[in-house]
Amino acid sequence: MIRVVIPFHLRTLAKITGEVQLDVPAPVTQRAVLDALEARYPMLRGTIRDHVTKERRAFLRFFACEQDLSNESPDTPLPEAVASGTEPYLIIGALAGG
Amino acid sequence: MTSVRVLVGTKKGAFVITSDGARKKWKVSEPHFAGWEIYHLKGSPVDPDRIFCSQSSGWFGQIIQRSSDGGKTWEQPGTPTGQRTATPEGMPMGESNKFVYEGDPGTHLWYDGTQHPWEFKRVWHLEPSLTDPDTVYAGVEDAAIFRTTNGGVTWQELPGLRSAKGQLWQPGAGGMAVHTIVLDPSDSQRIYIAISAAGAFRTDDGGQTWKPINKGLVSQYQLPDPDADVGHCVHRIAMHPQRPGVLYMQKHWDVLRTDNAGEMWSDIGGNLPTDFGFPIDIHAHEPETVYVVPITSDSLHYPPDGKLRVFRSKSGGHEWEPLTKGLPQEHCYVNILRDAMAVDQLDDCGIYFGTSGGQVYCSPDGGDTWQAIASHLPGVLSVEVQTLS
Repeated sequence: MIRVVIPFHLRTLAKITGEVQLDVPAPVTQRAVLDALEARYPMLRGTIRDHVTKERRAFLRFFACEQDLSNESPDTPLPEAVASGTEPYLIIGALAGG
Repeated sequence: MTSVRVLVGTKKGAFVITSDGARKKWKVSEPHFAGWEIYHLKGSPVDPDRIFCSQSSGWFGQIIQRSSDGGKTWEQPGTPTGQRTATPEGMPMGESNKFVYEGDPGTHLWYDGTQHPWEFKRVWHLEPSLTDPDTVYAGVEDAAIFRTTNGGVTWQELPGLRSAKGQLWQPGAGGMAVHTIVLDPSDSQRIYIAISAAGAFRTDDGGQTWKPINKGLVSQYQLPDPDADVGHCVHRIAMHPQRPGVLYMQKHWDVLRTDNAGEMWSDIGGNLPTDFGFPIDIHAHEPETVYVVPITSDSLHYPPDGKLRVFRSKSGGHEWEPLTKGLPQEHCYVNILRDAMAVDQLDDCGIYFGTSGGQVYCSPDGGDTWQAIASHLPGVLSVEVQTLS
């Protein structure tokens, strides 16, 4: 089971409380996790990735295991700790403002 | 029993403010979509309890919301073609948030003079049809017009607008957006729109083809060719439904009118203290009574001398009088944005506007006196009023 943490405003939009747990078949990649997340919560389509190109929105970041995976290939397998559910996959709103 | 419902879009949520027809006591709702930018909300003239809302965020993009109960509860109307309308848990699908330009949108002029690809950013303005509760027009940034004919479930671009010299349009400091959509009640095929910084445009065939209607506009310090066909920074246009060929315009500088559906504009700034500003609107029952809020300049986006004054012309322009009773006349340095003024339809016409400082003002007597109906909201982006019976 993959654990996913999403930002406050997206939890509100999708009426989610706490972490999301997703069944994602191997290989567990960022694309596979985000596809599964959007399939479960279709109202999140377009809020994390572009509707058409599926590119990450500019002011979002993807973290896991204390690494910034935002610019990694979406098809690179995620760390084993994420795939096993030990560590969560974090979708973060980038810092902005002063 | 008559009442009014004021729909306020702000930088941090939407608010619904209500009163009975006396317009003395007001009730302000809790924030809807708290923390999100709400560029615009507007109700259907056919079904006033059906309200459409543009919710957006620099982080998360564009969301379209729809209410069927006058703004008490909201839903995202969309679902992908052929799929269920909701997830098994009853949640709405995401197709209503999808705004994709038709075909290859090409490029427009960029700040540095190069060509730049069209990129969708957000919906600035929603204009429900005058006759069909399922049809709504959306003015978006980068400048284009979209339409839904199924209550907001899906949106399609009317790409003919970008063919009206779109390659020459250039964003201003606030971006490049279709921010004004005016539907002609006497001709369902005729629509006016305005774009910063491209100008005003009109279609006479329901949105298939568009032509610039900017003759008479002069932008001496904004354009190399001051009376160019396109490129003018039109801030707002307004029309009285009884006289659909007459339009009023607040431009970046200059207040203008046309008496021939935009074929030619003339300056009506007259004795205004400054003819820079954003909103312009018309009295519900007096087509020659016009309202503007002069702003000091394009460099100083606040009222002259720190005095918040609405100016009214009862003669269709040229001669203007300041309206100050109930408005702050010292230390006031707020702005009033283009979509943040509206009028109600009551017998003594109410005038409403919101400020960048979070105040919403109402005049229940056509501008003679004013009261703050909300004082500490987030910065106001838009104000619409519904008159309910």
